[in-house]
Amino acid sequence: MSASTQTMNGEAPVFYVADEHDHPPGQSTLLGFWLYLMSDCLIFAMLFATFGVLGTSYAAGPGPKDLFDLKLVALNTAMLLFSSITYGFAMLAMMKGKVGSTQMWLAITGLFGLAFLGIELYEFHHMIHEGAGWWRSAFLSSFFALVGTHGLHVTFGIIWLVVLMVQVAKFGLIEANQRRLMCLSMFWHFLDVVWIGVFTFVYLMGVVR
Amino acid sequence: MSADAHANHGHATHGHDDHAHGHDDGRDHGSYKSYLTGFILSVILTVIPFWLVMTGAIENKNWTIAIIVAFAVVQIVVHMIYFLHMNTTSDGGWTMMAFIFTLIVVVIALAGSLWVMYHLNVNMMPVHDMRNMP
Repeated sequence: MSASTQTMNGEAPVFYVADEHDHPPGQSTLLGFWLYLMSDCLIFAMLFATFGVLGTSYAAGPGPKDLFDLKLVALNTAMLLFSSITYGFAMLAMMKGKVGSTQMWLAITGLFGLAFLGIELYEFHHMIHEGAGWWRSAFLSSFFALVGTHGLHVTFGIIWLVVLMVQVAKFGLIEANQRRLMCLSMFWHFLDVVWIGVFTFVYLMGVVR
Repeated sequence: MSADAHANHGHATHGHDDHAHGHDDGRDHGSYKSYLTGFILSVILTVIPFWLVMTGAIENKNWTIAIIVAFAVVQIVVHMIYFLHMNTTSDGGWTMMAFIFTLIVVVIALAGSLWVMYHLNVNMMPVHDMRNMP
């Protein structure tokens, strides 16, 4: 572009673009969503810290050994891990532009998510039924706050997943939908990462102690 | 150069087919192989700590706790790499930067809370015989 202009010395001048370069819509969405996840991570860190401090204050009530059924937790962990890999397959199908297969893997992911929630609600119901609700002790308050917040995240993740499936059915795998699916992908895998902390620090360590 | 690349990215990649290859932002979207590797590693890293705790294979509780925490840390790293596709180049390294910052805050908050509250608990134990107090 500078072929016709030359400086006094005969060298081609160097131009710098003074204007802001082009920002296509959604270019920085994924970074922005990552920053949201990091702040969400801080919420969970505070809840983990609360549980770490109060997790042994049973107030003469039931402790982890009386309440936790590790077989159920292992099943729950498996559900979430399966949903992570099926979401990964949905992303791979999306990259290839296959609408049907994307929708199928998203649906399977949603079902695994629902199974996880169902098992967790069963566990909560069972504990509350035995009188071990959040009002019983500081241990149970911090337990329900931490695990409940994670469950709430999964709930909203499933709602988001259904909304995106409707979007994809209506508009196909357009660029905006691809971007949204990538955001949900990060959200979903992030919840699985938080669950690693939950099953290790809350359930396994609670039973060992 | 970066400006050109972004401008091209905005216009040239609206087509359906070339989109998958049109990213130049350093993001990695994974493959069947990477997802399966991550999944198999995660299964191994989940089954071993559950097995350790459910069977009580190790007598010493402190060792059991240390081992399951180590497995959790490794599994979190596995998820970060194979599922969240973290690397040092995506978005010019800003995802990694934000992650490291978050990690520092989390470590300070967790370690600080546990340390301070533990000592508070130890030092606030009820003293039955007040006459011995200074």
